[in-house]
Amino acid sequence: MAENVLKIENITMQFGGVVAVDNMNLEINQGEIVALIGPNGAGKTTAFNVVTGVYQPTNGAVWFQGEKIVENHPQGKMKQQYKGQHAGEYGQVLSPTPDAITKLGMARTFQNIRLWKSQTVFDNVLIAKHCRTHTNFLAAAFRMNRREEQEQRRHVAELLEIVGLSGVKDELATSLPYGKQRRLEIARALATEPKLLLLDEPAAGMNPQETNELTAFIGEIRSKLGLTVFLIEHHMDLVMDISDRIYVLDFGKLIAEGTPAEIQNNQRVIDAYLGVAEDA
Amino acid sequence: MIEKQKKFTLASLVLVAAMLVLVIVLDQVIKPTDSMSMLLKVLQKGSIYALAAVSMNLLNGFTGLFSLGHAGFMLIGAYTYAIFTIPSDARDVVYQYYDAAVRLSFPEALSSVLGPFGTLLGVTLAIIAAGLVAALVAYLIGLPVLRLKSDYLAIATLGFAEVIRAVFQWGKLGPVTNGSNPLKSFVRINSFQIHLGGVSVSLSTFVPVLLSTVCIGLIVLLVNSTYGRSFKAIRDDEVAAEAMGVNLARHKMLSFCISSFFAGVSGAGLAMVLGISQASNFKSAMTYEILLMVVLGGIGSISGSCIGAMLFIAASEWWLRGLDSGSFLGINAPGVFRNGFRLVVFSVIIMIVVLFFRRGIMGDRELPDLLSRRRRRRKTGKGGGSNG
Repeated sequence: MAENVLKIENITMQFGGVVAVDNMNLEINQGEIVALIGPNGAGKTTAFNVVTGVYQPTNGAVWFQGEKIVENHPQGKMKQQYKGQHAGEYGQVLSPTPDAITKLGMARTFQNIRLWKSQTVFDNVLIAKHCRTHTNFLAAAFRMNRREEQEQRRHVAELLEIVGLSGVKDELATSLPYGKQRRLEIARALATEPKLLLLDEPAAGMNPQETNELTAFIGEIRSKLGLTVFLIEHHMDLVMDISDRIYVLDFGKLIAEGTPAEIQNNQRVIDAYLGVAEDA
Repeated sequence: MIEKQKKFTLASLVLVAAMLVLVIVLDQVIKPTDSMSMLLKVLQKGSIYALAAVSMNLLNGFTGLFSLGHAGFMLIGAYTYAIFTIPSDARDVVYQYYDAAVRLSFPEALSSVLGPFGTLLGVTLAIIAAGLVAALVAYLIGLPVLRLKSDYLAIATLGFAEVIRAVFQWGKLGPVTNGSNPLKSFVRINSFQIHLGGVSVSLSTFVPVLLSTVCIGLIVLLVNSTYGRSFKAIRDDEVAAEAMGVNLARHKMLSFCISSFFAGVSGAGLAMVLGISQASNFKSAMTYEILLMVVLGGIGSISGSCIGAMLFIAASEWWLRGLDSGSFLGINAPGVFRNGFRLVVFSVIIMIVVLFFRRGIMGDRELPDLLSRRRRRRKTGKGGGSNG
């Protein structure tokens, strides 16, 4: 049994002639909080989308809990256009839909909040439990799944307690303030009973105080629920505070990997963020 | 809170039962010659259209799939019902130009074994068969069509509905569908009567109302179940729904088939009410009428669809009839109130409704939400229901 929860192996994602993610290799171990950082447009969200099944990678494979879940190689017109490496090493084509990957135990939040707008806070989390139900639609319509339903409702109430939203559970999701909507998105992701939680810029648009709360919150859910967390973030305070390891992406390529202290002193990272003087 | 919900469900059940009893009473009190007899006709046709509108709302309002194939599925239901209920001695008269291929009549076959109860069972079976055939066809159409989104889906389903109509009018299929000639002489609502010691109780309004109440009740149960919730999630945000483990292809197909099942049932009901099923009645104009009821009542509101359907049928069949036949509200002006003027007035009313109730009469609320303001704020998922 491999120790790493997620392993990204030689992933290249090419859109037409643009290589968005170039030969990415990354490993996340059980219980870690790993951050993926990089300047705007570096391909961080693209990498996330490949892992969660939204995009099919052009080349490479993704392993989850020791099992290969995604694999692809350049096909059709892409055979000529392909600019990446390791072509021909991946023979199989494996591309499950995002819901199948979620069922395996990987849940995500979105960079721009994507809550179900017409639903209440409670229902937003309850709907996410749907992927763990075992009843068919007839049994569900005739209320033959009462025990399962009650179990789910109890679990949802528990989750809302953990994220501190049980006071507003009957409000519409969109009526919540921004910071709480972020928390609700995390609660919704947790409702799918994930082993790996992917957070896409969880602190985007938050003020420093909210960011601090979120930092504490992520650490808390990791220890309480035994999760592994993979996050994309721009708030360096948050990243440096909670990450065990950091990967830095620039123009689709990984340029550095290490502990927060190592990353802070890495010259290539500083160059990527601040730029290099042209004639120095 | 659970206690309260139980009470609430009980109250709505009692209300529905009271409504059904009222319908039976009205059926006996109002004579066919009364001026109020139109009320019965409106109730019969309106309840069937309410079912059609609710089933369309399940797809368009709750799952967010804009489909316009409803008339096609209703047609399939109407024909399936008619074919399996025409008595064998009437078959040769109905199929006068063809040699009827299907010679099985459910009510007849079962009544020979079980008596009057067999007729009822046979009709029920024929109605279920109508729904199942419609759902099966929906599954086949859904395989290619459900990959499309929004307007494209609407155009594709509209096209398939027209194809279905053309196929049913095709002469080569005459032995089954009777070509473009109507199917008639099958079991219709007037056939339902109970004889109690010399007094006959007519159930001709009760039967269609009961049929649609039961079906709408089933749809309400489904909408409030875990599957209904995930349908709403697909409507609100497909990407998020998929990321949270809702299998889009499977759930869209499920919604499409269930919606078509009930469309088929409502088609069967319509055949029972009209006593005739003919493919040329199920034009795309019928889909638009149903869509109009859904929009008038409020997209995403089941009670809204029922209200919309009843108002639409009442207005077009009863209240505004005079506009077509010479005198309206005591004004006698045959020059203006000629054939077709009703539609002009109707369009104006619809425009007014759309302008001033932009989200329909009910929006996405249900009747109980309106009755108690507290419930509107505390929208709990389970239980509850609308009163068909």
